[in-house]
Amino acid sequence: MRTLIFRTIAPYLTSLMVLFSIFVLLRGHNDPGGGFIGGLIAASAFAIYGIACGVSPVRRALYFHPMAISGFGLLLAALAGWMSLFFEVPFLTGLWTTVSILGLPVDLSTVLFFDIGVYLVVVGAITSIALALEEREHG
Amino acid sequence: MAAETVDISNAMVTAPATLGDWLVVAPVAIPLVFGAVLLMVRHETRFHAGLAIAGLMATFAANVGLLERVLSEGPQAMTMGRWLPPFGISFAADALGASLALVATLVAIVCAIYATKEIDATGRRYGFYPFMLLMMAGVGGSFLTGDVFNLYVWFEVFLISSFGMLVLGSTHRQLDGATKYAILNLVGTTLFLTATAFLYGTFGTLNMADIAGKVDAMRDTGPLMTLTVLYLLAFGMKAAAFPLNFWLPASYHTPSIVTAALFGGVLTKVGVYAMMRILVMLFPVERAVLADLIAWVAAGTMVLGIMGALAQSDIRRVLGFVVISGVGVMMAGVALGTEAGLTGTVLYAFHSIIAMTALYLLAGVMNGLGGSYSLHELSGLYRNYPLLAAFALLLVLSAAGLPPASGLWPKVILVRASLDAGLPWLSFAILLTGLLTTVAMGRVFILTIWRQTAKPAENDTVVAGRPAVGYAALAMLSLPILLLGLYPEPLIRIATVSATGLLEASSYLGAVFPMEAQP
Repeated sequence: MRTLIFRTIAPYLTSLMVLFSIFVLLRGHNDPGGGFIGGLIAASAFAIYGIACGVSPVRRALYFHPMAISGFGLLLAALAGWMSLFFEVPFLTGLWTTVSILGLPVDLSTVLFFDIGVYLVVVGAITSIALALEEREHG
Repeated sequence: MAAETVDISNAMVTAPATLGDWLVVAPVAIPLVFGAVLLMVRHETRFHAGLAIAGLMATFAANVGLLERVLSEGPQAMTMGRWLPPFGISFAADALGASLALVATLVAIVCAIYATKEIDATGRRYGFYPFMLLMMAGVGGSFLTGDVFNLYVWFEVFLISSFGMLVLGSTHRQLDGATKYAILNLVGTTLFLTATAFLYGTFGTLNMADIAGKVDAMRDTGPLMTLTVLYLLAFGMKAAAFPLNFWLPASYHTPSIVTAALFGGVLTKVGVYAMMRILVMLFPVERAVLADLIAWVAAGTMVLGIMGALAQSDIRRVLGFVVISGVGVMMAGVALGTEAGLTGTVLYAFHSIIAMTALYLLAGVMNGLGGSYSLHELSGLYRNYPLLAAFALLLVLSAAGLPPASGLWPKVILVRASLDAGLPWLSFAILLTGLLTTVAMGRVFILTIWRQTAKPAENDTVVAGRPAVGYAALAMLSLPILLLGLYPEPLIRIATVSATGLLEASSYLGAVFPMEAQP
């Protein structure tokens, strides 16, 4: 699969797909989308990059081990649930706040962080599997 | 600011959740956080053991708090995300779930300590401790959830983590065992899921308390018998009940001994627990119809299981069959369905979780000292390791159900309960199993501990250092075994409260639906 065309296109395709995955993730609160599907899109982006350019460039680009990303996502999701402890509401209750960034109101919620956690778990787990399979194929 | 003007009391729980309420989810949420952190520092193997043990200790503390609260105030519940039950996922802890979660966490701590010696850096890099913590989160979730689909999810969580622990060494034998374990468990899981879909189609709810409240009205129209049989099949497979037990002997002797100890101690009991929760609490009338079938399955599991143990020469395989036979004894109480029978089952579950883990760890220590798991090769351990012999004697007595160890009282209660219920043959089966277990475990004891060594001279020079960690682990488990054998009253009380909670679910319902005045 390491043709010139594919290798030239792959970095652009990957960056576009990762960007799109973040869009899908953020859109997911009220529309179709969300952490799981976003994570799948991002994982396929890394898989494409791996097919085109080899596994080690992907690992270098990710910097963290995919399973560590996964663990961080799980931690983020769990902590989003634990936040409820400080507001005397049950585990995993959605909590909202609005912060002003450069004069623009931005709604933040534990739901968002939970969904980002799901995104990272999926990215980490699927990328880890995909890279392991690709490694075997080329190695 | 619009939020203040909306009246949320029709959709959401308005009572504040205190720290005490949080105890219901803490036994699941704590290991989840620690498992996630361990996953992040997977390559820093030197932190693993400390983090894992700290996490399990915190979980244990939460479990103790939860059980204490449940015993003094009755069942506790919390519905996730503040939604009103049955729309939110409820966690509901009664004496049964809380006490089993506590005992399971106790043996997990011991296994985590034992694993500091048993699991090397490679095993840790492959994620032994993260998997262990996530598995305990799944086990705790199974014991504490109040929702049938959520129960399924927690089953998946601990199954997937257990796959990870099972293949840790990636040897050919382990992959072989793991494949059988995975495929046969997935069949059981599929049955469980099918039954759950069917249950939802029938009731329109999966909240256990909600179902328990609606089941009487559905009895004329709903296919409740079908559901009960499907659940019996699914949980029977998970619990390794005859004739669906073949996955257990095929896989439990392959992983690292500490993994086998945790699995043999904890995992089958989750199946028995689910059987009690669904069959006894939700479908009591249907269970009564199936009582004869369950009794035959129980007798078959215990007698044929222990006969399998007699035929083996690898200690780990012997223990696998002893686990199966214990599942049969526990199912006897489910078949009886009386308060005394269920008390015996719960007490036997406490005993079995601790004693089976201890026996597997004992096998691990023997392997460390004698270099083998085979009854043909191990011999004369008494000569150099009298302390090991003492632990072994206690554990053999415990498995056989002889005083002063823990197996005695649950079996006494179960034998008496089956006589009271007019099933003398079931009590005979329990007693026969006890006798055969004595023979099977006695054989292990005599061959490994008492038999004269073939080559004593060599053995004296090879004596390695005392297995301090192994002894510490065995001592930690021997204490509760002796406690259950010598002073069983507090534990019998917990087991009785658990059994009455299953048979009389109104306090459980009241905990999940506090806003509706329960009759």
